[in-house]
Amino acid sequence: MPFALSPERERELQQILERYPTKMAATLPLLHLCQEQNGWISDEVIEFVSQRLDVSTAHVQGVVTFYTLYNRKPVGKHQVWVCRTLPCALRGGYDVLAYCEKKLGVHAGETTPDGKITLRTAECLASCGTGPMMQVDKDYHENLTRERVDAILAKLSE
Amino acid sequence: MLKRTDYLTRTYGKPEGWKLAAYEREYGGYQVAKRLLTTMSREQVVDEAKKANIRGRGGAGFPMGVKWSFMPKVVGAKPHYLVVNADEGEPGTHKDRTLMELNPHAVVEGCIIACYAIGAHVAYIYVRDELHLSKTRLWGAISEAKARGFLGKAPFGKDWEVEVYVHSGAGAYICGEETSMLNSIEGRRGEPRMKPPFPANAGAFGCPTTVNNLETIASVPAAFGLGCDEWSKLSALHTIGDGGVRLYGINGHVKKPGVVELAVGPTFNELIHDIGGGVLGDKAIMCVIPGGSSTPVLRPSETVNAPDPKSPMHPHHGKSVFDVPLGVETMRQCGTMLGTCCVTVIAEGTDPVWCMQNLMQFYGHESCGQCTPCREGSAWLHLVCTKLLDGEATKEELDSLHDIANGIMGNTICAFGEGTAMPALAFLQKFRPEFEAYVKGARKRADAKLTVEPWS
Ligand SMILES: Cc1cc2nc3c(=O)[nH]c(=O)nc-3n(C[C@H](O)[C@H](O)[C@H](O)COP(=O)(O)O)c2cc1C
Ligand code: SF4
Ligand code: FES
Repeated sequence: MPFALSPERERELQQILERYPTKMAATLPLLHLCQEQNGWISDEVIEFVSQRLDVSTAHVQGVVTFYTLYNRKPVGKHQVWVCRTLPCALRGGYDVLAYCEKKLGVHAGETTPDGKITLRTAECLASCGTGPMMQVDKDYHENLTRERVDAILAKLSE
Repeated sequence: MLKRTDYLTRTYGKPEGWKLAAYEREYGGYQVAKRLLTTMSREQVVDEAKKANIRGRGGAGFPMGVKWSFMPKVVGAKPHYLVVNADEGEPGTHKDRTLMELNPHAVVEGCIIACYAIGAHVAYIYVRDELHLSKTRLWGAISEAKARGFLGKAPFGKDWEVEVYVHSGAGAYICGEETSMLNSIEGRRGEPRMKPPFPANAGAFGCPTTVNNLETIASVPAAFGLGCDEWSKLSALHTIGDGGVRLYGINGHVKKPGVVELAVGPTFNELIHDIGGGVLGDKAIMCVIPGGSSTPVLRPSETVNAPDPKSPMHPHHGKSVFDVPLGVETMRQCGTMLGTCCVTVIAEGTDPVWCMQNLMQFYGHESCGQCTPCREGSAWLHLVCTKLLDGEATKEELDSLHDIANGIMGNTICAFGEGTAMPALAFLQKFRPEFEAYVKGARKRADAKLTVEPWS
C-alpha cells in the first residue's frame, strides 16, 4: 500500500517546506516525520518522499543509508542505545552494555523476541560528563547504576 | 588561573531558566540585540566583534570576528546564511548541549546579532537528532522570541528580517564538519566538500554562509553586553588573541565530572583537581585528551620547551604541560590542540591500547568513505588495534600502524583524516612499551582495563 502522512504531519511538512529555499532540503526532516509515523523507512516511504520532494528515489535511498538513525528494517517498540565511546567506557559503558545484553537475552543490534526492545550501541551522545549513559527512545538516562538500569528495563518490558 | 564566571550560565539551575522570563530577569533579555540593530551598522558590529577575540568554540579555534569579515560586504543576488553548529559529536564533548537546554535564549539572541553582522536573514541551527530536549528548548525559545517581535519581519522595529530554524541531523558524526553540514542541510548525504570554495563564498545552497559553533554564537550577546574589549580582557590569554570566558567540560576518571564556565586560561591541574575533585580512587594520571578525541593525548611528565625569551610560551618554560593555561595557541605549542575544551582524564592503570582501539572503532565507523586513505586507514587502525588486544598481531603489524596513520595525514578532503591520525600517532608514540607488550601472545585482552573503579 502506498505510504501517506497523517493530516497532522502533513501540516508539519508544509511548515518544514517554508523554511528552505529548495524542496530537497526537506529530505532529512521529512524522513524523520515518516519514521516517526511508520517506525522505519520502507520502500513505500522512499517512494513517497521522492514524489513529494521531486527528487529521485536513488537520492532518498542514498540519504537513508548514509545516516545511522534511519531504520531500513522494522525495529522494536523501544530503542535502547548504550553509549560505548571512550569517556563513557572509562566509567563502565561496556559493563552497562554487557549487563543489558544479559538481562534482555539479546546481543547489541538485536530485538527481544517479544518485539519490545531493540538494544544497540551508540557513539558518544554528548553526555560524557554524566556517563555511563544510555538513550531510551527520546530520553537520556545518565549516571547509570545497576539499579537504574533494572528500573528502566523493567518499565520498558511492561 | 581559575576564575569562575557566569556570563553564559547565569540561567543554569534557575527555575525554568530556559524561558524568556528568566532570560529577561538574568540578562535584561534581548537588550543587546536591540541596541546593536537599532544603533550600529553591520560593519561596526563586525569590527567590534573582532575585539572580543572569541576563538571558535567548535574545535579549530578560528577568530570569530575575522570569519564574519570574510562574508561579502554587500548582499548581492544571493542571500547570506548563518549556520550554527550544534552537532556536538566529538567524543568527550558535552558543553553545547547545556547551553541549548539551559540558556537557549542566549543562542537565539546571538543568532539575531550574527545574522545582522554577516548580512543574513536566516539562521539554521543544526542539532544532532539525539538531542531531543535541546531541540525542544530551542524551538521554545524561538517561538517566545517571535511572539515578542524579536524575530521575524522587523526585529525591534528594524527593517532586517531574521528567522531562526532548528535543523535536525540523523546520526552521523561527520556532519559536524562544516561543509558536510551544509550538504546535510541541503538534504544530501553528509559528505564533506572540497575547499575552496569556502563557505563564505559558496556555502548553504551555493550562497555565502558563515558556520559557527553554538557556544561561539551564544557568547556574542554577553560579549557585546559587557563591551567586546572588556570581554576579551576577562581571559588570562587575551594578549595572545584568546579572549573571554568559555565552557569547560571535564569527564573520564574524575570524581566530579561536569561542565563549568571559566575565564579562558585554567590549567589541566586546576580543572582536574579544583573542578573535577581529583582523580577517581586518588590514582595518578596516565594522560588527558585535551579537547575531544581528535586532539592528541598529553602525559603529565611532558614539559614545555621554550628557552627563547621571545616565545609566548617562555613564561612556562620547563613547567609540566599540566600547568600551562589552556588556550588555542598554548595547546598548539604543546604539540596538541585545545579542541572543544572538554577534557577527558585517564587514570594510571588504564590500558592505553584499549583506549586507542575504542577510539579507532569510532573513527572506522564514522568515516564518510569518500577518501581512500581515510576510509581504509581508519578501518585498518581499528582492525590492527583489535588484533593487538586479542594477542594476535605481529611486530610488523604494530609498526604498520604508524605508516597507516601517516598515510592519512594530508591526503584527505576534510580534517577528519588528521583527527583520526594525530591521536593515533600520539598514543603509539607515548605508550610504545604498552603496545609492544601486546605483540603476539605477549598479553591477552583479559588483562585489559578501561575502568579504574568497578561499575555498580
Ligand atoms: C570531523 C569533524 C567534526 C566536527 N564536529 C564539530 C561539531 O560537532 N561541532 C562543532 O561546532 N564543530 C565541529 N567541527 C568543526 C567545524 O567544521 C567548524 O570548524 C566549526 O563549526 C566552526 O565554528 P567555530 O569557528 O565557531 O568554532 C568538526 C570538524 C571536523 C573536521
Ligand atoms: S577525510 Fe574521511 S571523513 Fe573526511 S571526506 Fe575524506 S573519507 Fe570523508
Ligand atoms: S562518551 Fe558516552 S556520551 Fe560521550
